[in-house]
Amino acid sequence: MNRTLVRLLQAPSIILLLLWMIVPLSMTLYFSTIRYNLLYPEREGFIGLENYRFFWTDAAFFPALMNTLVLVGSVLIITVVLGLAISVLIDRPFRGRGIVRVMLISPFFIMPTVSALVWKNMMMDPTTGLFAAMWNAMGWQPIEWLQDMPLFSIILMVSWQWTPFAILIFMTSLQSQDQEQKEAATLDGAGFWSQFYNLTLPHMARPISIVILIQMIFHLSIFAEIFVTTSGGPGVQSTNLTYLIYIQSQQAFDVGVASAGGVFAIILANIVAIFLIRAVGKTLTV
Amino acid sequence: MTDKQRENLKNRIAVVAAWGVALIFFFPIFWMVLTSFKTEGQAIAVPPLLVFEPTLENYIEIQERTNYVKFAWNSVITSFGGTAVALLIAIPSAYAMAFNPTHRTKDILMWMLSTKMLPAVGVLMPIYFLAQKAGLFDTKLVLVIIYAMVNLPIVMLILFNYFREIPKEILEASRMDGTSTYNEIRQIVMPLAWGGIASTALLSIILCWNEAFWSIVLTTTEASTLTAFVASFQAPEGLFWAKVSAVSTLACAPIVIFGWLAQKQLVQGLTFGAVK
Repeated sequence: MNRTLVRLLQAPSIILLLLWMIVPLSMTLYFSTIRYNLLYPEREGFIGLENYRFFWTDAAFFPALMNTLVLVGSVLIITVVLGLAISVLIDRPFRGRGIVRVMLISPFFIMPTVSALVWKNMMMDPTTGLFAAMWNAMGWQPIEWLQDMPLFSIILMVSWQWTPFAILIFMTSLQSQDQEQKEAATLDGAGFWSQFYNLTLPHMARPISIVILIQMIFHLSIFAEIFVTTSGGPGVQSTNLTYLIYIQSQQAFDVGVASAGGVFAIILANIVAIFLIRAVGKTLTV
Repeated sequence: MTDKQRENLKNRIAVVAAWGVALIFFFPIFWMVLTSFKTEGQAIAVPPLLVFEPTLENYIEIQERTNYVKFAWNSVITSFGGTAVALLIAIPSAYAMAFNPTHRTKDILMWMLSTKMLPAVGVLMPIYFLAQKAGLFDTKLVLVIIYAMVNLPIVMLILFNYFREIPKEILEASRMDGTSTYNEIRQIVMPLAWGGIASTALLSIILCWNEAFWSIVLTTTEASTLTAFVASFQAPEGLFWAKVSAVSTLACAPIVIFGWLAQKQLVQGLTFGAVK
């Protein structure tokens, strides 16, 4: 192939992605510095960082930032710990292993809006939900999950969806672990924990960091689960940054402030992205 | 107890635990499917019913009384369309990069990946306005375009990895025989890369099918996909759990099955090739 042809073939993907990135990004940056509210079209003009200040000092900003961090952090801990434990548990031959694997990874493929509705209506409903039935059977007062502990409920739903992701990745990585090494360790009298700590964990270090980074990218922008179940409430107890920006733009119609929030979200995501891209880059051979 | 017996016992406990955990994880899905075969009364019975006479009426009713078929069709068009466009753009590019790498190729791929990290909410307003200005608001086309662009980086990266695995010697041999580039792609590369392309497509379709943010924000009635349609049941008025379950079951079944089939490729795709 000559060089012109090579360039020509590469051009569409590069140009399109460049446009896809530059155009909306610069529009967001521009909107974030002007007065722009769809309800008050007569107010306009450059206002510098005023939108940022407004977003920053909004009473909902700090709770939303905290909720975002708590949500991402808790889901990460739950999914990685559970994912590791479960994938080690099924990393042995036994009858029905295929079915067990399929059942374990299925929640990951359920669309987020469906999973949110199933949990909201059928699991967590305080009168007819399954949890209520379980609580009643134990003689306890059923919990109003989405009212009393909205953020925890969402953490539960998201963890149910993403633990399977961790299992899927860890399961695959475990299969590439050196079995002879493990057998040798067993012969030398190394117990389960010492094998796990000295052989399995080092082998899993990379997949674990990849799982953490990818989940962070996705969980920083959790939307559907909140939209369908709590709408960010009660109050702002389960509002994360994504949902807060969505409210600013779609309900308060304040494009300027929503864009300032968007810039904030982009910066937050990029901090994570740098690490992820480095991790991926190490494995890419050109 | 001998060591062997102890080992056996441990193994047995592990297997029981594995089944237990799997059943717990699968239970909400099982329950959703079960509820879809109940009448509305049975669906909200207290205590919940495990044994009942199954009915198909929910499935019949959602076909007749809602726009389920339209939304399902929208989902098919947008996810297959978005995937097709992404593949069409990515195949030549990934091919060129894999077989004629320069010192910049890796940087380009990493940059492409970085566009994937752009949070949707960060570009919400511009996309919203652009869609409206172009008259594309609430159309399938706008979702096809967005899904194609959102998935393009992943598709590029996976295809690049697949193309890299094709031995260069085969291509060099065919070039010696004077095969044209077009024939080279059609007769040698495509047959070898077919499996990779198919599984890349599968991953992209799964991601598009379950996408919820853009479909909720950019569609209202005409182009709504199943994710947005299901989200519209969030309102407390007129909750029909059995019917919602039937819709949900139909919406999820194909993708769950796709997911089971493509487990291995998914790992590669979801980790951008970092875990194989």
